[in-house]
Amino acid sequence: MVGVMSFPRTTIGKKVIMAVTGLIWIGFVAGHMFGNLKMYLGAEHFNAYAEGLRTFGEPFLAYGQALWLVRIIIILAVVLHIWAAVTLKMRNLQARPVRYSKHRKLHADAASLSMIYGGVAILLFVLYHLAHFTWGLSAVHPDFRPTDPYHNVIVGFQNRLATGIYLIGLVALALHLYHGTWSMFQTVGLNNKSYDKLLRGLAWLVAIIIPLGFVTVPLGVILGILS
Amino acid sequence: MKLHLKIWRQKNAQDPGGFVDYDLDGVSPDSSFLEMLDLLNEELIAKGQEPVAFDHDCREGICGMCSLMINGVPHGQDREPIKQITACQLHMRHFRDGETVVIEPWRARAFPVIKDLIVDRSAFDRIIQAGGYISVSTGSAPEANAIPIGKKDADKAMDAAACIGCGACVAACPNASAMLFVGAKVAQLSYLPQGQIERYDRVVNMVNAMDAEGFGGCTNTGECEAACPKEISLDFIARMNSELIKANLKGGR
Repeated sequence: MVGVMSFPRTTIGKKVIMAVTGLIWIGFVAGHMFGNLKMYLGAEHFNAYAEGLRTFGEPFLAYGQALWLVRIIIILAVVLHIWAAVTLKMRNLQARPVRYSKHRKLHADAASLSMIYGGVAILLFVLYHLAHFTWGLSAVHPDFRPTDPYHNVIVGFQNRLATGIYLIGLVALALHLYHGTWSMFQTVGLNNKSYDKLLRGLAWLVAIIIPLGFVTVPLGVILGILS
Repeated sequence: MKLHLKIWRQKNAQDPGGFVDYDLDGVSPDSSFLEMLDLLNEELIAKGQEPVAFDHDCREGICGMCSLMINGVPHGQDREPIKQITACQLHMRHFRDGETVVIEPWRARAFPVIKDLIVDRSAFDRIIQAGGYISVSTGSAPEANAIPIGKKDADKAMDAAACIGCGACVAACPNASAMLFVGAKVAQLSYLPQGQIERYDRVVNMVNAMDAEGFGGCTNTGECEAACPKEISLDFIARMNSELIKANLKGGR
């Protein structure tokens, strides 16, 4: 009863899958955030960066191959992450068929109790974000130009509703990252009381720096720093 | 002191059960929580009513039998400075005169209610049977110093061994997960030389047994550690996780 096939069937195996796929996504959002900051270098630089994501690895890789490789990895990761989350949540709901009339929390923080809801919010946000800046659906972006991402960002964030959705998405991301980052180490067995404060600190850093980096772009547009 | 009690009454496993209100007078602030329930039961018996069934044994905080959800907290550790004790060690001086006290059984699919406040915790016994042991030939006691054990490992094993298997971790967990209990039992033997022989089979078998009982998964909320009367650390859940990963990497070898 050990091995590749049975391990993911255990509750702990599913959590390990969530930790590993979560780490992949932390790496992705960190890189994504860093790339977004190139907005501050101007239209030419930012658009060249966007094009560079597609020409990366040439001549060994064809146009767009590296980008698609990353996309395939993160799509697989998110599918596994959601599969593990949903199967565990179903199990957890069944584990207490009769609820308490009164149940006081002694320690749990909002981040740890809202992981599944935050996860759903982030998923919905990502779909909106893709429709907004990747697919450029006319229903969500008023003037989408496939070859001018700098323009798309500026125009996209001039809409207050769009900016509001991004702010909510980033709050959900911050909470998810805070519990997720610490939880990852606990789940794979790398946490103990002597590392706990350090890992909590790391979780704070990740949960603050990544969303903060992201939020500067829509705020920059609203405040007129980016135009 | 006077108390208003809201107690879960349930005839048997099939009965849906429900809360019944009781007013109790003349409770001494020096009595323990279980002595307060004894007082109530004496009154009920005198009135010819069925006494409230609840689990208890040693009444000194070491056996793990008492299992009451008191005001939404396992063992009722809800007022500073008291924390992390068993229900039998909780005293009435921590309650206010005239207070309403809600008493429920542990709630988990794996811990079905037998009667009133008593739940069936034999799921824990089956998990222990799956691997919470070492196989040795019995006989005369061996020389205690024949097997050297490092101080740090001995300390950790002792910390894990403090678990009394009361099930407060399951009761407190938002997912009714048994990870803290199983973590403590897996970790305890993993630190000791006697536990090495069955080390990796043990974690696999115990985790499978835990999952088979219908306990929930861990979401690392830390509620179990906060509610544990023996201060069992989340570290042991991390230890169990790494033990299971290692067992799988070894692939049964």
